[in-house]
Amino acid sequence: MEIQENKSTLIVETRDEQKIKKIWKTAFILLAITVVEFIMAFTMDRGIILYFLFIALTVWKAKYIMMEFMHLGDEVKPLFYSIIVPLIFLVWLVIALVKEGSDIFLMRW
Amino acid sequence: MSAHSTVIGVSSKRGVWGGGNEPLKASYGKLMMWFFLLSDIFTFAAFLITYVATRVTYPAYEGPATEFVGSNEYWPVPELVFEALPFLHGVHAPLIFVGIMTFILIASSVTMVLAVEAGHRNDRNDVVKWMLWTLLGGITFLSCQAWEWNHFIHGTESGTVLTYINSLSQNVTETVYGANLVVNEYGPASFAQLFFFITGFHGFHVTIGVFLLFLCFYQAAVGVYDKRGHYEMVEKIGLYWHFVDLVWVFVFTLFYLI
Repeated sequence: MEIQENKSTLIVETRDEQKIKKIWKTAFILLAITVVEFIMAFTMDRGIILYFLFIALTVWKAKYIMMEFMHLGDEVKPLFYSIIVPLIFLVWLVIALVKEGSDIFLMRW
Repeated sequence: MSAHSTVIGVSSKRGVWGGGNEPLKASYGKLMMWFFLLSDIFTFAAFLITYVATRVTYPAYEGPATEFVGSNEYWPVPELVFEALPFLHGVHAPLIFVGIMTFILIASSVTMVLAVEAGHRNDRNDVVKWMLWTLLGGITFLSCQAWEWNHFIHGTESGTVLTYINSLSQNVTETVYGANLVVNEYGPASFAQLFFFITGFHGFHVTIGVFLLFLCFYQAAVGVYDKRGHYEMVEKIGLYWHFVDLVWVFVFTLFYLI
């Protein structure tokens, strides 16, 4: 009975090698960026330039994950923008809280 | 069926109010998953930005990295805090372990997207195979994090001499080993507090993710999705799992690199 129920009526399509290749390519890019970050952590002096590069590379990785792995780029434009546009508020939060933090630093030390 | 019964969904004049259409060309489940993830992005962003804001209230460690000692006067250099490896006691291996963890999570994200791709093709065998790999990746990552926490809590053999206000509001000077929510040998109290809170909240997400992955793996294996006629659940759980990876990318940069 159980086996009969499990019998599939769905048609299994063959692998699209092109798509699978693209997935592995994205994976390789993510890995390569992480390796670059690693090398930078040990070879460059700590400072604002390094931190800026780290954050830029991180956002770049995030873009790959969202667009390629989560297929956000393949969704219709209104859905795409309704996810991306609200993130603008975070820019404000970063500026506001980092300013606040630096001011506390000046008061405290 | 009587001759007068209405056949639903044939008239083109019924338009968008007739039901049965998908706003934004995504199914209900996928849409809701996206908006849940958007709200979760805000939650994690709030935590991580708080970390950055707290961090800039403390001076950075200035001296040479080789002579680093923990102090609650300045923020620690993360690569000197997270430098241990399991089974290799006393080996100085900065960031190696957390690098392995990052690699595991990215790898499990890749196998997840392969499972989603197999789901689009209704290929049960491939879905089951890639879900199993993803599940293994998730469990391995959690185990690594458990070790990482364990090491962080127990600390180094030498510890650090710190002057601090303890939980009984007394000003004490003593050797501190490891970390808790009141004091830690690496840096200011808020360093360990934020570490526990943010990696803990991420680990909690991973734990839920592992449960969902197992559910999805099991349902795919016994043929629930074949009966249902589509593999959309793989896609939805895939979205969640990629999000967990996405958050880790930021946690990795902010906690371990900067």
